[in-house]
Amino acid sequence: MATISLTVNGKAVSATVEDRTLLVQYLRETLGLTGTHVGCDTSQCGACVVHVDGKAVKACTMLAAQADGTTVLTIEGLATGDQLHPVQAAFREHHGLQCGFCTPGMIMAAVDMINRHGGPLDEATIRHELEGNICRCTGYHNIVKAIEAASAEMAGLRQAAE
Amino acid sequence: MGLEGIGARVVRKEDKRFITGRGKYTDDIVLKDTTHGVFVRSPHAHAKILSIDTAAALAAPGVIAVLTGADLAGDRIGGLICGWMIHSRDGSPMKAGAHPAIAHDRVRHVGDQVALVIAETKAEARDAAELVEVEYETLPAVVDPAHAMDADAPQLHDVAPNNLIFDWVLGDEAATDAAFANAAHVVELDIINNRLSPNPMEPRSAIGYYDPSEEHYDLYTTSQNPHVARLVLSAFIGIAPEHKLRVVAPDVGGGFGAKIYIYPEETACLWASKRIGGRPVKWTSERAEAFLTDCHGRDHVTKAKLALAADGTFLALRSDTIANIGAYMSTFSSATPTYLHGTLLSGQYVIPAIFTNVKAVYTNTTPVDAYRGAGRPEATFIVERLVETAARQLGMDPAELRRKNFIRSFPYQTPVILTYDAGDFEGNLDKALAAVDYAGFAARKAEAKARGKLRGIGFSSYIEACGIAPSQAVGSLGSGVGLWESAEVRVNPVGSVEILTGSHSHGQGHETTFAQLVNERLGIGMENIQIVHGDTDKVQFGMGTYGSRSGAVGMSAIVKALDKVEAKAKKIAAHLMEASEADIVMEGGELKVAGTDKKLPFFQVALAAYTAHNLPAGMEPGLKEGAFYDPTNFTYPAGTYICEVEVDPDTGKVEIVQFVAVDDFGRIINPMIVEGQVHGGLAQGIGQALMEGVSYDPQSGQLLTGSYMDYCMPRADDVPSFKVDHVTTLCPGNPLGMKGCGEAGAIGSPPAVINAITDAIGNNNLSMPATPAKVWAAVHAA
Amino acid sequence: MYQTTYHRPSSVTEAASLLASAEDVKLLAGGQTLIPTMKQRLAAPANLIDLGKIAELKGITVSGGTVTIGAGTTHAEVNTSADVKAAIPALAKLAGGIGDPHVRHLGTIGGSVANNDPAADYPSAVLGLGATVVTTKREIPADDFFAGMFTTALDEDEIIVRFVFPVPEKAAYAKFANPASRYAMAGVFVAVTGGTVRVAVTGAGSDGVFRWADAEAALAGTMTPAALDGLTADASAMLSDIHGDAAYRANLVKVMAKRAVAALG
Repeated sequence: MATISLTVNGKAVSATVEDRTLLVQYLRETLGLTGTHVGCDTSQCGACVVHVDGKAVKACTMLAAQADGTTVLTIEGLATGDQLHPVQAAFREHHGLQCGFCTPGMIMAAVDMINRHGGPLDEATIRHELEGNICRCTGYHNIVKAIEAASAEMAGLRQAAE
Repeated sequence: MGLEGIGARVVRKEDKRFITGRGKYTDDIVLKDTTHGVFVRSPHAHAKILSIDTAAALAAPGVIAVLTGADLAGDRIGGLICGWMIHSRDGSPMKAGAHPAIAHDRVRHVGDQVALVIAETKAEARDAAELVEVEYETLPAVVDPAHAMDADAPQLHDVAPNNLIFDWVLGDEAATDAAFANAAHVVELDIINNRLSPNPMEPRSAIGYYDPSEEHYDLYTTSQNPHVARLVLSAFIGIAPEHKLRVVAPDVGGGFGAKIYIYPEETACLWASKRIGGRPVKWTSERAEAFLTDCHGRDHVTKAKLALAADGTFLALRSDTIANIGAYMSTFSSATPTYLHGTLLSGQYVIPAIFTNVKAVYTNTTPVDAYRGAGRPEATFIVERLVETAARQLGMDPAELRRKNFIRSFPYQTPVILTYDAGDFEGNLDKALAAVDYAGFAARKAEAKARGKLRGIGFSSYIEACGIAPSQAVGSLGSGVGLWESAEVRVNPVGSVEILTGSHSHGQGHETTFAQLVNERLGIGMENIQIVHGDTDKVQFGMGTYGSRSGAVGMSAIVKALDKVEAKAKKIAAHLMEASEADIVMEGGELKVAGTDKKLPFFQVALAAYTAHNLPAGMEPGLKEGAFYDPTNFTYPAGTYICEVEVDPDTGKVEIVQFVAVDDFGRIINPMIVEGQVHGGLAQGIGQALMEGVSYDPQSGQLLTGSYMDYCMPRADDVPSFKVDHVTTLCPGNPLGMKGCGEAGAIGSPPAVINAITDAIGNNNLSMPATPAKVWAAVHAA
Repeated sequence: MYQTTYHRPSSVTEAASLLASAEDVKLLAGGQTLIPTMKQRLAAPANLIDLGKIAELKGITVSGGTVTIGAGTTHAEVNTSADVKAAIPALAKLAGGIGDPHVRHLGTIGGSVANNDPAADYPSAVLGLGATVVTTKREIPADDFFAGMFTTALDEDEIIVRFVFPVPEKAAYAKFANPASRYAMAGVFVAVTGGTVRVAVTGAGSDGVFRWADAEAALAGTMTPAALDGLTADASAMLSDIHGDAAYRANLVKVMAKRAVAALG
């Protein structure tokens, strides 16, 4: 058994888990944060993407024990109270989701992508950066539009803040 | 059109919970004292089960029970059923083999259930599952439908000699053959419509719970049609009487057909909960299991031909298909290759004579059933590949050959049962040609050639039949159920509204579009409308969502119920305002006396209905109405899709540089949602054309595409942004004039893609999926 | 996943002594291959030694004509390193094409090279650039390191510490990705280092990464794509599967080699 302490969505948590426990299992089953999903077994679909120490990772391909001492952000922690994150708002505004299952991973991947690149993103960059996230509903069309819009808005916000 | 009414681009009401991670999918539900089930599955495609030793598994940590097919049979639990009877050309009924939820004496595909291990945790159940010792005697397997009827092919079910389930025909064979005999031109194609795995991103999941004190069962399951699941589990499988079984399909993460069916796993979990004394049993599929057990789609082997007059007029079409049903007949597996397929072979064209023969066969593969489009993509691929090939053989422009043969007057009775009710096929084509800049294609092709790329353009003018369907008609064709829909409109005393619908949303946005309809009719704000679905305890009955039926059928039922609510509200308003009922009009959320300034807000009428202090004499209190709607016809969405590709001749890689989709869906409630449906369908159709294909080892029957490492799912950089537009002819068959929009993209797109690639490379011999390796070989064989 | 015991050493010395003392061990670097393999129960180590928190395995330094990359450096770090981009841009680009962004945040060069998946990208760079693999026990030249699919010269008790890449005059990598897995179906790394041409091929060979000697000889004469026109990669040495037969892969090797040469500039 492994004893782990970490920060999840701003809250300090600790637990004793089997060594084989995946981070996604810990989030879903121990913490009840079921927004992070599991859509495959081979680390490809990206439904489980969360941020660990500010970087997008697949929570199904990391042991909970490896996350000891880290700071984890899941989809449940992205909004500030009732204020949606610009990427969340853009997914709704541009109909970037249908069944909603891939959506948390998509949104977390999009936030990471925008953070890394800064500035407004073009379509080709967004499509390439989505290599690790599979959606079966939207044909990606509106996901790309949503991320384009959110990246432009976030770039504008950054500029305004400077 | 109001801001939130019919035709408005309203953002979705349901989105907030999904974008904040608060959706509630089946696997997210944790009932008290939940146990976890893991299935032991056959590693063999075909084998006899000689013995099963569960002792070691039972002794493993955390294990509660290990259940086998013998236990299931001992409890007299029935097998799974196919709910649509098809008769062969000789009049004999289809030959359905038994399909126990857990295999008893024999396994027939890799992944067949052999035992269910139930433990305190999923990890413990999985550890123990490896300790179940099953002794098999392996048998030869057949996976290729083209060889299933061979004399020496292994036999799957005793009831079906030569693995033949039915030998079905439709159309006039003699007239068709005569037309071919006299035709100036005959175009022939051999077609394989590739087997696909639907792959909704949410894997299937089920929680069965038996409450011994009430002798009542709950099933939470990833279903597109919870009421049908309840009916089948009760009436046919016999687990519980219908009134003692509640089926809940909460948020469901995509279906595409794969979640229509009643599956072994949910059946077993429900039954097992009672076996273990009433603790919930939860099972969630892993993706590897999903590839082995979610019903696949397509898998047809077809010989097809088209007869033409010297001037290009179509004379006749014939197709002969072998349809792979897999190892067992799934819930609607017989309908897909027959009435959802053969009836569409007229396409958008006047074709005087049509004949089709479909032989359905068993193979040692995962069961095959409806997947987005279901039979109609296969038909469209036949028709649109034949037409494009004919244009090339006759040296005609493919757009003009289509135009020449389009059906132009409606209603139009095809030679294959259907009566098309409305359409503007030429309008679709012209709009698509303009959007794609067809005139500029030659210049684009030349420019691509200068860069070493082969550019091609391909068309597909599809028509499909959806909104299934008039109950009497489908009954006469073999359906075991009627395909109406129900709705209930509950107006609360404060004037807010709940709509209970038998349709089920698993991505389609019903919580928004259905509310838009109510907003349009009653003038109530979207925030005061709640759509309730997916729970048999709440909704009286319903047939669920598949076959693009929620709009045309589900919303029509809501319209009927709203009509009744409106009629009663008008009676009450007339009474309260001392006016004639005939003078009451309803607009903007108010009931007004025409020609006067007298009016009452809707909520006051609702309140009056519930206080019942002053109602017309003899009127019952309350404002709640239900309705059942049975469609009078299918609806017929149609459109033209044009795909433009560039092929890299050195690698065979295909890039879709342009994709135009012009569809006629009749009345559109929310253009944003309809466009989203088209986008998703197009990506699935492009996936079928370019990258997706289930592959089995032909000898061992092992699945070779068992994960996303080998089964190629379309990713964001595989597809372009789509150009989507509409032409509108209203459907005369339902009150809103709607046609279904859910499947068109997947139906129309594959032939457009293949027509474009074969145009680019100058070789018409190319099967789906057109992977880089295949395209490269075709380029170099040309 | 089967039960396993997780260990997290904080130094290479501690990791090495754990490795020497424990039975049935796997080293966990980024875990992007090992964890999925364990989830599918295709690997079942009794002990897992996590190298992820060892500072001395991380980092990139450039000096004296070499780029040294710690084995625990992630693909994302190599991809975005200004030093790597300046010294060996082809290596930075290759790292940016491995897996997807999330995988690149955790996956490491050491894990990738030690695993020696026949379709992985990094082995072609290590071999193509003639890098030196520095381990807890010795320094291994790239030509002696790769020993066929999923097999290397590493001993069971040996840990890769860092890679030393000579800075080439020119280098380029061209990859044709498997449409499903996005691993390489053919990846060709071409480098000119100290006047010597090396052509390393991953993804296609039935025995893992290999040097294409004929191409090296042809390019030693003229460094142009056309110099490869007369060559045919040996199809009998290529992988064949549902995604492409050996003839197709042999073609891809040549096409990707030409594209890499064209990209050398």
